[in-house]
Amino acid sequence: MNVKENIKTLIVNKPLKLDCGQTINEFPLAYETYGSLNKDKNNAILVFHALTGDQFVTGKNPITNKDGWWSYAVGPNKSIDTNKYFVICANVIGGCMGSFGPSHKNPKTNKTYGTDFPVITINDIVNAQVNLLDHFGIRKLFSVVGGSMGGMQVLQFVSNFPDKTKTAVPIACTASHSAQNIAFNELGRQAITADHNWSKGEYSSNNMIPDKGLAVARMAAHITYLSKKGLQEKFGRKLQERDDLKFGFDADFQIESYLRYQGSVFVDRFDANSYLYITRAMDYFDLAKKFKGNLSNAFIKTNAKFFVISFTSDWLYPTQENKDIVIALNAIGADVGFVEIESDKGHDSFLLDVPDFLSALKNFLDQSYKE
Amino acid sequence: MKLEFKIIADLLEENTRVLDVGCDDGTLMEFLKKNKNVDIRGIEISKKKVQVCISKGLTVLEGNAEFDLKQFPENSFDYVVLGQTLQAFVNPEIVIKELLRVGKKAIVTIPNFGHWRVRLNLLRKGTMPVTKTLPNDWYNTPNIHMCTIKDFVKFSKIVNFKIYKSLALMNKNVSNINNSNLSFKNLFAELGIFLIEK
Repeated sequence: MNVKENIKTLIVNKPLKLDCGQTINEFPLAYETYGSLNKDKNNAILVFHALTGDQFVTGKNPITNKDGWWSYAVGPNKSIDTNKYFVICANVIGGCMGSFGPSHKNPKTNKTYGTDFPVITINDIVNAQVNLLDHFGIRKLFSVVGGSMGGMQVLQFVSNFPDKTKTAVPIACTASHSAQNIAFNELGRQAITADHNWSKGEYSSNNMIPDKGLAVARMAAHITYLSKKGLQEKFGRKLQERDDLKFGFDADFQIESYLRYQGSVFVDRFDANSYLYITRAMDYFDLAKKFKGNLSNAFIKTNAKFFVISFTSDWLYPTQENKDIVIALNAIGADVGFVEIESDKGHDSFLLDVPDFLSALKNFLDQSYKE
Repeated sequence: MKLEFKIIADLLEENTRVLDVGCDDGTLMEFLKKNKNVDIRGIEISKKKVQVCISKGLTVLEGNAEFDLKQFPENSFDYVVLGQTLQAFVNPEIVIKELLRVGKKAIVTIPNFGHWRVRLNLLRKGTMPVTKTLPNDWYNTPNIHMCTIKDFVKFSKIVNFKIYKSLALMNKNVSNINNSNLSFKNLFAELGIFLIEK
């Protein structure tokens, strides 16, 4: 099967001026859609993916043959009901699932871009995706929804295009990457660039991948997506296929084996340079900066109805950071609801089967759609 | 529909901005939205009840009024409603001040601890009163700062807010409370309903 056949791509003809100063032209934006756009074109939801997600939100991902990353939340009769809504999701620029990214060939050098790819921001990512609205002839979305980095895109989208969505659902996210967030991302980037195979980002010319470094990056990040309690309950000190400690450095514990597995499957589906670029975009995210530190001003022009969701055990983007968004919105009298969902599944809760979360999301969308 | 909610609705002007503090399952919010066409928000501490509100399409914040009212600017609402929860706060004085900072007016309802049944209960049994409207024992009640209608009137002078209108609910009848009948209402009303201002 030709991989590319399964990837829908919009070639964006409108030049996009990036925050770094460079302008990109005629660049590909890979996307997928679910459900169908109604006649009035008012049932569209733009879903934004997180750091390592892609446009294949639900159903079978045709590239990896695994379930889409948000299969629990998106699909017929689910929270984001594809019988009702037209769901659009694009691979972020800088990504590696068809959108313009560092693994693309640079026509000037005839080599992949690698680190010659421009450093992108959440702002750039969102500005690239808004072209999909024109492509489908959608004047105003019904909603923009996303968790984690997807939530950051929700906030940026509403700020940049205040009248282009009726509702907005930022989930488990922040308006500004914290020092701790940046620190974990830097750890991942250092792991990648320290891998000899990385070769200053030109690994594809050498037909190598910095798999060890990328796997370590993923392992470290994966820990931040789970809660201490969740890990303890799932793994504790259980041993991996052995009755006793082996007094060596193999994976004695189940948690070690689990993390190694997570790392190893990740390198098969994700590009190391994309990981560098996208984590950088997250680190640069600070929505209030442009508004002299006043986050409220980022939303002053919008009438969108917001629903902010956080999770009790999420220590990566904790409730307080989500609440700061709520506070900023309330300061300007915006229409904002907020709920903290009880879950011990950590930051990853938004991707998992957490019934209270799934029903809150569904109820908010379905009730707002009626209005 | 609870009579209390109808009384609250009558105290509100139409097409105003309202905040319901401790909005419970959103019944009052729905009623006010429908009958007074208000732009209404709620704050509720229970996750479960927030979920119920969301399922009704209401805009509700999960939060604790004791800490979370401070995010609202001054006079961001025409009315702030506090239904039978003042007695549950650690610091009712701060909450009342916050209500009147956030709202131009506030509507506060209080279960009257001066009701004769409560008094008789304590007199006869010598134990903390348990009644139909106050069903908890002293050790597990969320109502840690019970007051009487008289107490609330006194409170208004201490904290320095104006009582614009005060109503008594007794046996499904609504009546005005004034200086001359205060002691009587304090003995017979189950609920006091106050429209207050700074």
